[in-house]
Amino acid sequence: MTTPVRDDAAVAASSRPGVAGGDGVGRPGTSRRRRGGGARGSHASSSRGVAPAAPPLSAGAGLGLGLAVLWLSLLVLLPLAAVIATAAAGGWDGVVRVLTQPQTVAAIRLTLEQAALVTVVNAVMGTAIAWVLVRDRFPGRRVLDVVIDVPFALPTVVAGLVLLALYGPQSPLGVDIANTKVAVAFALAFVTLPFVVRTVQPVLETLDRSAEDAARSLGASGWTVFRRIVLPALAPAIAAGAALSFARGVAEYGSLVLISGNLAMRTEVASVRMLGYIEGGDMAAAAVVATFLLAISLAVTLGLGLFNRVGGRRG
Amino acid sequence: MSIEIRDVTKTFGSFTALDDVSVAIRPGSLTALLGPSGGGKSTLLRIIAGLETADSGVVTIDGADATRLPPQKRGVGFVFQHYAAFPHMSVARNIAFGLEIRKRPKEEVRARVDELLRLVHLEQFGDRMPSQLSGGQRQRMALARALAVEPSVLLLDEPFGALDAKVRKELRDWLRRLHDEVHVTTVFVTHDQEEALEVADEIVVISQGRVEQTGSPDALYDRPANSFVMSFLGPVTQLDGRLVRPHDIEVLGIEVRDAVAGVVADVQRVGNEARVRVGVGGAPPVAVVLTRAELRALGARVGDTVWLRLAAGAATLPVDDAALAGSHPAAGVGEVGRALAGASSPRG
Repeated sequence: MTTPVRDDAAVAASSRPGVAGGDGVGRPGTSRRRRGGGARGSHASSSRGVAPAAPPLSAGAGLGLGLAVLWLSLLVLLPLAAVIATAAAGGWDGVVRVLTQPQTVAAIRLTLEQAALVTVVNAVMGTAIAWVLVRDRFPGRRVLDVVIDVPFALPTVVAGLVLLALYGPQSPLGVDIANTKVAVAFALAFVTLPFVVRTVQPVLETLDRSAEDAARSLGASGWTVFRRIVLPALAPAIAAGAALSFARGVAEYGSLVLISGNLAMRTEVASVRMLGYIEGGDMAAAAVVATFLLAISLAVTLGLGLFNRVGGRRG
Repeated sequence: MSIEIRDVTKTFGSFTALDDVSVAIRPGSLTALLGPSGGGKSTLLRIIAGLETADSGVVTIDGADATRLPPQKRGVGFVFQHYAAFPHMSVARNIAFGLEIRKRPKEEVRARVDELLRLVHLEQFGDRMPSQLSGGQRQRMALARALAVEPSVLLLDEPFGALDAKVRKELRDWLRRLHDEVHVTTVFVTHDQEEALEVADEIVVISQGRVEQTGSPDALYDRPANSFVMSFLGPVTQLDGRLVRPHDIEVLGIEVRDAVAGVVADVQRVGNEARVRVGVGGAPPVAVVLTRAELRALGARVGDTVWLRLAAGAATLPVDDAALAGSHPAAGVGEVGRALAGASSPRG
């Protein structure tokens, strides 16, 4: 079922460069498409290297842009600005005081450590699950495909409750991980499971199988084909899923709050610490922690994006 | 290296792609697997490469049984219709891939890649990414990549199918010259009879999972084994109850012995070709192809009576296929064959 789609895409991709200039041998400097802003090509005739002025927007496009900016501002930019402003209100000393407070440091460190750990696990396991779902045919595949979304569908507190029932003091399995770091990692792994699977799966579905066939006929073993041909194609999707997974892990509250025990200096995560500050009436301190986490998340997301672009360019 | 396929059968679910197929390919030859889409020729090529496994039968490459060998152990080079470029590697790295897998020394790899880039005329393109190449350039890169590991057999699956007509023609000639230079046993799949006739030493006509005929281009064109092969390799028409090629019919302005009388129904001139349809009583109209000069000499117009007879040495076959009678006589080259294939093979 995927074959004709893949073929059409390949035809479309292949025919475009072919149209411009046939198949002339040795025509240097006719670089087309992609890399280095192929999209700019249509404007670039007069002013090379200088970004051309954007054409005026039509009424419809202007309205759309206005709506998008308004909505984003109300939902994202304004609240973010408010948090950052609150954090900054206490001055630099206030920021340093909060971020050096031992209990806060422990909470942030635990959160980042566990989120990073779970992100790495997700990158590996999510890719493996996506692979199984796309490439293998087995009874129950569709069911498994639906099960992947359960952590998304389940309210996080419910997830926490389920985990506590299964792996808490009254565990029917005899496994009690409540009030430990393992519980934190477990809860994070549970709620972030779908991210990498769902970003990798569509890419894997549309991947050109003939490149893998070509590699095999050139002598590559199954593992080599995966490492040298498949993985580079999946890397952007894996990185995107990992970034989402990390951001979610850093911010997670609901699924953790029951099973981690929130023990100060041991299993208390940053979101719980923030709640503690808010309950104590110290809004500014909560905002400082929030802003710090925001900065880390942003840095990780950008970093993974950068890694992608560099990785993609590496010949 | 010779390739031998003996009694190979392959099914996909209830669809039989290959039905007890046997083909022998001479060492050093350039062989075309020719047939309509869905006829099983690509499946046969993929079985030779090890990318598919036969349900039954034996594949022998250079005398050794390769039926169960995985593709990476067969020593075949494979070129795909849609290039199958490794998009994240430069052209040079694409070509070097097979050598790097084999852990050849860096110096050797570089020298070999340079040599191959020259061979496929992509010297200045080594550092480009595949997405920056045209279709024809990408396909030449894919060829160089396949040749890099010095395969004993080179397999090409509709290699020019995704290219436009002009580039296709160029690459076709180029493949012929390359084969004369490199002499590796080469098998390519095509549904384009012109491509097969022009490039191949040997043609295997495959349809509906069976081999219809094997032979040199001349043998197939002049002595087709059946009406399918005849109509697939070129236009056909019917004269006096026989299948015949439109250019094998003589048109005369005067009555002679054994000639069939008819009335010119329609004249179409395309370049140097004049396609004439002659209505004969009680049978489908006869399509004849003349040169412009011949038409001028004949001086026939629509409505004139003419006499038709077979040219000396013309290949003819009895009309034995019901599907053929219904197809438009002497449509453009190949169209009849495809119409026939379409009519008799619902799977297309």
